[in-house]
Amino acid sequence: MKTEALYFAVRNTKLLVGAGIILVLLGIGVIGPFFIEKPPTEYVGMQMQPPGAEYWLGTNTFGQDLWAQFVHGLRTTFLVGALGGGIAAVIGMVVGFLAGYKGGWIDEILNMLTNIVLVLPTLAVLFILNAYIGVRSAGMQALFIGLTQWPWAARSIRAQTFSLRGRDFVDLARLSGVGSGRIIAREIAPNMSSYLLLTFILLFGGSILIASSLDFIGLGPTDAVSLGLMLQQAHQWSAMHLGLWWWFVPPGAGITLIVGALYVANVGLDEVFNPKLREL
Amino acid sequence: MRRYFGRKLLIYGLTFFMAVTVNWLVPRLMPGDPVASMLARARVAQPEAQEALRVYYNNLFGFDLPWWQQYLNSWGSLFRGDFGISLWAFPTPVADLLTRAVPYSLALLVPSILLSWVVGNRLGALAARRKVLDNTVLPVSYVLTATPYLWLAALMAWGFGVVWGIFPVAGGYSFSMTPSFTWDFFVDLFWHWLLPFSSLFLVALGGWAIGMRNVIIYELESDYANYMSALGAPQKLIRRYAFRNAVLPQITGLALQLGVLVAGALVTEIVFSYPGLGSLILAAIQNKDFFLLQGAFLFIVLGVLIANFIIDVVYVIVDPRTRVGMVGAAA
Repeated sequence: MKTEALYFAVRNTKLLVGAGIILVLLGIGVIGPFFIEKPPTEYVGMQMQPPGAEYWLGTNTFGQDLWAQFVHGLRTTFLVGALGGGIAAVIGMVVGFLAGYKGGWIDEILNMLTNIVLVLPTLAVLFILNAYIGVRSAGMQALFIGLTQWPWAARSIRAQTFSLRGRDFVDLARLSGVGSGRIIAREIAPNMSSYLLLTFILLFGGSILIASSLDFIGLGPTDAVSLGLMLQQAHQWSAMHLGLWWWFVPPGAGITLIVGALYVANVGLDEVFNPKLREL
Repeated sequence: MRRYFGRKLLIYGLTFFMAVTVNWLVPRLMPGDPVASMLARARVAQPEAQEALRVYYNNLFGFDLPWWQQYLNSWGSLFRGDFGISLWAFPTPVADLLTRAVPYSLALLVPSILLSWVVGNRLGALAARRKVLDNTVLPVSYVLTATPYLWLAALMAWGFGVVWGIFPVAGGYSFSMTPSFTWDFFVDLFWHWLLPFSSLFLVALGGWAIGMRNVIIYELESDYANYMSALGAPQKLIRRYAFRNAVLPQITGLALQLGVLVAGALVTEIVFSYPGLGSLILAAIQNKDFFLLQGAFLFIVLGVLIANFIIDVVYVIVDPRTRVGMVGAAA
């Protein structure tokens, strides 16, 4: 089974291209900051320099090095995406598994909760929470995003669990006296592991997009540089009107590349795991 | 059908109840005296306004009352349409600011949501199982759906507005104009509306096209499609049936996407300084005008709930199974 998946994985261009882009950007975000001695907000040089040999992405109106900001921003963006997506995936899994496996009134209550959080407009909830409680770190931002993003994941995991619950091997485990937690962990979750991975990837991408919107309306972390914050500053200081395209094009392109690559890799993975979708 | 609507309305009612409760609770979670700290953090221009606001809000919050009475009072003022007074635009009531901004937001949201949904679905249905179209529509759709709303908006504002100078990049209408029912004003209004609308439309388009393509492929593999082609039905007819079936999950998808679309519209408005709710929220955040922020929050929640309900009604009209009593789509 595992070798079969690997066989198709290395032959799937969508997966390879998507994963390749993500790895390259992740590498820049993780390793890049070690090669930049100065902090990304330091005023290093001439103001409003277009991209060149010394400053790869130019400088902004304050003379800050945009490449340094981009590299640090990538790191923050990946961090918020992974953490936010991870938290959402964990909550979604707990709620989905419990509701789907237990059924009955637990299902009723959890389902109601899921539906309520589902219809609440995420960004509106986030801006009220952020504005009052104040988000001053990327981790806090990720936590808030995770807390609001889980419902659709919970819903689809619940549906999957529901369909697995009646299978013979689950009944057999239950007959032999295995506890619910163990059945979920040993019998149900492994049978939808690929699905859980795909869910996490989508939540990852979604978290990055939400974080960029939050950053943009001025509710981003104050102790870090992120791609969304770069866009916010570019807008605040009229980069569009001054023609400083190198200030707002790269961070947006970075976000689009990461999220797009995640989605494409997701489709590729889906094809790897699901024999019906393979085009070989 | 009654069960279906009853369940839906219960959820929406509970959601609204939760939103109002959160809205009431969150300021009270702040340490110290929320009114004092909010006023201290806000940038209120006139000094005499400070005192007037302090008295007004202490009254409104009513800290001398027991908490349940404070809570009930907040519901009371809500039903009177009283959202308090804006700190940023003192002494304009928050409700006035919001009702002035809502038409602009709706003018952006409603056409862009509906048009992107219709066009995206058509595109996706066309692309499914057609090699050449699929290889062009699908990648473009993935790029579009991965694009942050604010970035596409910024690119369009820069390209069409600044570099080529075709479109205005700020405001709902030219500063030299006063709102009136004249032809010139409407043209001006339309001209300012076009760019933010297009950027919203384009980003949303990608997601619908991808979704529709995937569902259509699934439908074309289903038993009824195979049966029909075995009977020798023309491919066009099979595709039409597949499309009608595929529309149902897309309607559910529309309800699920509403929050994302609203969020997209808010940031797009900010990029274009469009005088809708988004710009108002930005002003509220920048000036720490919490009352305006809370009002905007409730307005958005209410709007999304109403839109959800409309979608439910449409679903019942489109899907006959929900009318007969079987709860179609997950409730």
